[in-house]
Amino acid sequence: MTALVISEHNNNELKPVTLNTVTAAKALDEEVHVLVAGKDCASVAEASSKIEGVTKVLLIDSEEYEHFLAENISTLVSKIAAEYNFILAPTTTSGKNFMPRVAALLDVSQISDICAIESSDTFQRPIYAGNCIATVKTTDEKKVITVRTTAFDAAPAEAGSADIVSMEEVHDSGISEFIKEELAQSDRPELTAADVIISGGRGMQNGENFSLLEGIADKLGAAIGASRAAVDSGFVPNDYQVGQTGKIVAPNLYIAVGISGAIQHLAGMKDSKVIVAINKDEDAPIFQVADYGLVGDLFDVVPELEGKI
Amino acid sequence: MKILIPIKRVVDYNVKVRPMADESGVDLNNVKMAINPFCEIAVEEAVRLKESGAAEEIVSVTIGSSASQEQLRTSLALGADRAILVESDAEVEPLGIAKLLKAVVEKENPDLIIMGKQAIDGDNNQTGQKLAALLGYPQATFASELSIADGKAVVTREIDGGLQTVSVNLPAIVTTDLRLNEPRYASLPNIMKAKSKPLDIMPAADFGLDITPRISTLKVSLPPEREAGVIVESVDELIDKLKNEAKVIS
Repeated sequence: MTALVISEHNNNELKPVTLNTVTAAKALDEEVHVLVAGKDCASVAEASSKIEGVTKVLLIDSEEYEHFLAENISTLVSKIAAEYNFILAPTTTSGKNFMPRVAALLDVSQISDICAIESSDTFQRPIYAGNCIATVKTTDEKKVITVRTTAFDAAPAEAGSADIVSMEEVHDSGISEFIKEELAQSDRPELTAADVIISGGRGMQNGENFSLLEGIADKLGAAIGASRAAVDSGFVPNDYQVGQTGKIVAPNLYIAVGISGAIQHLAGMKDSKVIVAINKDEDAPIFQVADYGLVGDLFDVVPELEGKI
Repeated sequence: MKILIPIKRVVDYNVKVRPMADESGVDLNNVKMAINPFCEIAVEEAVRLKESGAAEEIVSVTIGSSASQEQLRTSLALGADRAILVESDAEVEPLGIAKLLKAVVEKENPDLIIMGKQAIDGDNNQTGQKLAALLGYPQATFASELSIADGKAVVTREIDGGLQTVSVNLPAIVTTDLRLNEPRYASLPNIMKAKSKPLDIMPAADFGLDITPRISTLKVSLPPEREAGVIVESVDELIDKLKNEAKVIS
């Protein structure tokens, strides 16, 4: 039997989260196949075939998968699921969208957002916004799993040479339709792939002040994030949000500016290698997880930092 | 149009839960319970659709113990017309919940089902999608905007990197994200009125479905603690530490 990883991509590029998901799959099974479903996505299949440990790539190139609509993709995955023991996808908004649908079609209880693998049926996953870690064991023969990608290393992207097998599987539900996508245009790296992240919280006071973070982000090649408080206050769009209900990140360097450190936020960034906190409240909980804390007014500290790095 | 809003009773989001001393589960003794925040957003959205004339009836439903009546009453106070408790003292996992909800949907025939994207206890983020799959309905998850026209729901969804807009045929399932709306507070007169709104109770066992959990929790523990580091006195010291000690900037 084999593990199947559903790749994440934009029809042109393979998203790095797929590499971490492959690592989780390899911990479960020797054989790892990657499904690339999309439209004009041969380059993604090519990239997937080079991931170390991948033994076969299934390429399904058809227009009804172009936008990864959950109705179509879940039917496709459930149809090819028969020969797989494990079906894995990253815990991204895409994985979260279609994987439970796959699980229900297969009559399986999905195991969401695993952060550790204890055995082929026993996993750890965060619950209560990361306040607790549950160790869970499933009796389902087929396991449908979403993977917290920050908890697993990326598989080497240029070390394999798997066969690419083209398949024809057409599943257009006809009940949902893609209308448009508005993706933030940015030269900065994506939050979940960035080496450095600088995030602002309620202390930023308003959306305009987020421009203060841009100078540092430019100098460090960083992505810009935010706490839920900053998103709820309307300072920045929701896709900036780092936290249990936003993005889970683990960069080499995470700089938290004006963020108090609610558990919600900590759950999304505490696996970062080095955490810096800048806050004027010396009792802010963020200092309890920060490697380096600087107590001070961010409106003084941030410009000074930008000038000196 | 008739709207069904499945909701869940969970630990209040302000409570910092802890594992029990023997790590057999989460310590829920004497903690404050509330309606799941994402479910509250679902209730609010349904009420707004009713206020705008797009919907005529709102039915709330939950699967849980008798105590969940409290959260159903909250939904009634916020504007639902009637409520259904599918009573189960045993914990039911998302797949089982979806199976029970499917039976409720088949009985109630709603045109639209709005529910939270996830409950803040188990953080599974599964039930809406699973219900959609079992019913063969389309889904629009993580909604930040919803409009209804011509037998379809047009939904803007929060996705990684931005927003996606999809159109789904009704009946459909929409799951809520944070920015869909800001829920109102129930007024005292509405809380009083909610007490006399209909609330039906049906034992889960009467549905004759196999909802035996497939997943068992072996242990609940605290996440690994991260140790606090040092407080630096100046920006210069911070930069020095980042360069020479942590070696994360050059």
